[in-house]
Amino acid sequence: MNVPDDLSYTESHEWVRLEGENARVGITDHAQAELTDVVYVELPKIGAQAEARGQIAVVESVKAASDIYAPVKGTVVDVNKALEGNPALINTDPFGEGWIFVLKMDAPDDLKQLKDAAAYRAAIG
Amino acid sequence: MSEGPQRKTPLYEEHVRLGAKMIPFGDWIMPVQYSGIMDEHQAVRNNVGVFDISHMGQLVATGSPAAAWLNEMLTNNIDKLEVGSGQYTFLLNERGGIIDDLIVYRTAAEEFLLVVNASGTEGDLAWLQKHIALGVDLQNRSADYAGLAIQGPRVVELFQLFLGPDVELPMRNQIKTFDYNGSKLTIGRTGYTGEDGVEAFFPAQDAPRVWNEVLEKGRALDIRPCGLGARDTLRLEMCYPLNGSDLSPERNPIEAGLGFFVDLKKPKFIGRDVLVEAKENGTAHRLVAFRMQSKGPPPRPHYGIWLAGERIGEATSGTLSPSLNQGIGMAYLATSHARIGTEIEVEIRGQKFPAIIEKKPLYKKS
Repeated sequence: MNVPDDLSYTESHEWVRLEGENARVGITDHAQAELTDVVYVELPKIGAQAEARGQIAVVESVKAASDIYAPVKGTVVDVNKALEGNPALINTDPFGEGWIFVLKMDAPDDLKQLKDAAAYRAAIG
Repeated sequence: MSEGPQRKTPLYEEHVRLGAKMIPFGDWIMPVQYSGIMDEHQAVRNNVGVFDISHMGQLVATGSPAAAWLNEMLTNNIDKLEVGSGQYTFLLNERGGIIDDLIVYRTAAEEFLLVVNASGTEGDLAWLQKHIALGVDLQNRSADYAGLAIQGPRVVELFQLFLGPDVELPMRNQIKTFDYNGSKLTIGRTGYTGEDGVEAFFPAQDAPRVWNEVLEKGRALDIRPCGLGARDTLRLEMCYPLNGSDLSPERNPIEAGLGFFVDLKKPKFIGRDVLVEAKENGTAHRLVAFRMQSKGPPPRPHYGIWLAGERIGEATSGTLSPSLNQGIGMAYLATSHARIGTEIEVEIRGQKFPAIIEKKPLYKKS
């Protein structure tokens, strides 16, 4: 299972890429493999206020709807509109084209509370 | 009532070895998917797929009064069954409500095989035993048998590879037994997918061997092992009901639109009075099929159904249809709302999405 070294991870299987003051967020390869066949993504609204570990988006497979959580506190500044037409990007390129939203973080230091790649790898076995 | 919260079929180890995702399903732990629901669904629509249905129940009724007795227990007409034939039918309570939907085969002049839902086995058995007639022997053979549903347009090709080029599968709704390497396969030409296919039952100890042989022979046909996920999308496209979701002891077959499998000309069967009344005067509700009109999220069971600002019911089933690439579902609605073409809304996480009531089945083979 692919777990890139340069990202941070949540217990709920989101990944976070630090981009200046912003955090780009998606779900991990492990998560997409568990869900399989993503058929719909409910994106957050730009400008939405996100609480750390607060539900912010929904990813649906054929079988079930799964909540996606904001890894840290912040404001949604961008969403991946490409997922509206092609939600399967989450399956084919979870760490790239399958990103879901970008947060402007209230406190970039919050990222330190997330798992690094080694800890996430250990968590998913 | 069970051997523990998670009973395993004789194919459990095979599913795990293939990397299936296992989920609880009633008392059982069953594969929900292997390669993915979309892939498995398309395999059944285009080629062939194999499902473990060992959890389903097999009840065997024998004796000279068995036919007459079953005719009083079940809605369809047993007298129409020649030896080797089967029919879809219902087991009803006194209120006409559905205890279970099942297939009954006449396997000999005075012997009947009832293939029932896994979750229904114990309850069906208890109900039938409570109403048993003198001279009828009823046995629960569920633990003795494993079963596979093998479904898809290439099922005949598969059996030619599996049992020999001259194999003649039974005709639709017929049942036949075949010898297979010293084992006995009982094969019914039926299924729950809308495709050509069979349900095969055989001694539980042969299960891994038969399963692996089917997958091996099917490789040339691009066979897939398929889980409960694809089973649900395939059956819902055809609007085949799932007991416990679309059928319940509070709903009768007329409301569910399944009156075809009820023979009201029979003088006597449990629930008949209610169904005669329902047929004559109509029912308050009907089970309708609907299709989403936008590329929104797929409907799910229990989502609210709305019409003109009023909540008029809830979905009993719902999913994304892999064949139609649209959300589909079923719901009980007041008969006045149940007309084909009626525009309704489905509430999904507080937002309403347009849908339209359509004729069943939702998917038609082109």
